[in-house]
Amino acid sequence: MTTVIVIAIYLGLLLGLALFSKTLFRGTSKDYFVASHSIGPFMLLMSVFGTTMTAFALVGSTGKAFERGIGTYGLMASSSGLIHAACFLLIGIKLWAIGKRYGYVTQIQYFRDRFETKAFGYLLFPILVLLVIPYLLIGIIGAGKTIAGVTGAKITPKGTIPGVFPEWTDNGAIPPWFTGLVISAVVLTYIFAGGSRAAAWANTFQTIVFMVMGVLAFYLISDRLGGLGAAIEQAKDSHKVRTLSEGGEIGVSHWTFLSYMFIPLSVGMFPHLFQHWLTAKSAKSFKLTVVAHPICIAIVWVPCVLIGIWATGLFASGIPSGAILAKTVGVLVKDPIIVGLVTAGILAAIMSSLDSQFLCLGTMFTNDIVLHRAKKEYSDKQILFMARGFIVAIVVLTYIVALLLYERSVFDLAIWCFSGFAALTPLIIAALYWKRATKVGAYSCVIAVFISWLTFFAMSGFGGEYFVFGGIVPAAIMWFIGAGAMIIGSLVSQPPSEKTLTKFF
Amino acid sequence: MTKKRIIFIVFVLLLLLHQDSWNWDNANLVLGFMPVGLFYHACYSLVAALFWGIVMKVAWPTELEEWAEGGAESSEGGSK
Repeated sequence: MTTVIVIAIYLGLLLGLALFSKTLFRGTSKDYFVASHSIGPFMLLMSVFGTTMTAFALVGSTGKAFERGIGTYGLMASSSGLIHAACFLLIGIKLWAIGKRYGYVTQIQYFRDRFETKAFGYLLFPILVLLVIPYLLIGIIGAGKTIAGVTGAKITPKGTIPGVFPEWTDNGAIPPWFTGLVISAVVLTYIFAGGSRAAAWANTFQTIVFMVMGVLAFYLISDRLGGLGAAIEQAKDSHKVRTLSEGGEIGVSHWTFLSYMFIPLSVGMFPHLFQHWLTAKSAKSFKLTVVAHPICIAIVWVPCVLIGIWATGLFASGIPSGAILAKTVGVLVKDPIIVGLVTAGILAAIMSSLDSQFLCLGTMFTNDIVLHRAKKEYSDKQILFMARGFIVAIVVLTYIVALLLYERSVFDLAIWCFSGFAALTPLIIAALYWKRATKVGAYSCVIAVFISWLTFFAMSGFGGEYFVFGGIVPAAIMWFIGAGAMIIGSLVSQPPSEKTLTKFF
Repeated sequence: MTKKRIIFIVFVLLLLLHQDSWNWDNANLVLGFMPVGLFYHACYSLVAALFWGIVMKVAWPTELEEWAEGGAESSEGGSK
């Protein structure tokens, strides 16, 4: 019960911070959507990093390392250190400059002007929403699995430790439907209070919390296992290398490792990251983010991957990978206050992504769909009401789907979301750097990527791990399909007008 | 050779260095607790940070910031 109280106090603190950030809210839609371009370097780093690190980083990485071994780090973390920063520098700063100069709040506003087509937004908007939904799902599913793992009954060599609420559920765990409800309500409360500014403040606080708690969990778990050397000694040897096992369940193939390099490109097209970039006070605010991002990733991922490998010596293979981190903390670190703090850290990582995603969906709906063709002027109050209404609708939908897909792997669901966005990056790269890119190319790219994504997603069994041609991830194939469609579509159509080229190049 | 070209070459070199096939089956431990394949990629993250730090120093797009501050009114004919 103490653990649950600690988590409740953390959520209360977060709501307190939201009320504080509300006092800074200027009441305008611009402040709600992009914090009036006022966020400095440290908060930008924390909010961008907090947004990109979600249940995927803590719960997913630990679970994947438990399944496949050390290759998990190279698959996503080290490649992200290089490629995320490249996207921030080559795409983020340029979009910030264009957004600031022309007053854009969403990606679609920019694409409409750059490709000289108003209808493009109606194609891209539902696709972006569809791709963000798996990202939301992993947050709600990850939170449910974490809390269930911490509060449920645990079987140890010394006997069974009963769950926190034995009279409530079979194993005494807090049920996922309740965790999902609480997490969604807390995030909605603070983004409704202060929009982008509240999200930036909450993300900064939560990113610090989850980084500190991650390191604390790492220290305590290694200590309980007898130190770093003893912890790795008791882990399975098969997980200390990347050698592919006979059945292919452990290790990583060379093709998979190579083709995974395409997945971190997704940050170039994340709509919620676009919105964070626009909150920056100046381009210089990006410097710290570009340089510190790879280091922050290492601080979070190295301990998580090591915990996942150590867990191979503690638990039998086959248990749900999403619960590994929570189970390891629950079994080894018995102090309920520490367990509560570490769990709060995991929830912090999850909520620091959910808030930006909720916010960006409301922003896109309001600006790209409702206001785009509005015949009458809306007040700031009406605009905020529409944004919040759409967010609530998406949260309810996501909540229901999360309960239906609860058993899915957090890591694999995230990869499908990232793959779709990564495959769309030829669109933004061409828009920014290729004068010859046209609206026909843009339409071709988006349609080709969407059809190929749907095809591969269906072939994977709707969200499972899936490779083609002996280990290549679909993201790599889809990226080339998207790039090819953009190039061919652009070359067979009329170049953009001189006015557009002068405006953007 | 221009600064941008050197940065691009180093970037490609880092992409190639990510594919450390020589560590694939190596089960040795560094410092007695870190599998060598994981240690290599942890160091890779630090090298990536160093690389981007140098890029920020020598190739910061100053003109882009000035262009952004120009505002929509002065956009016609503007370049960046």
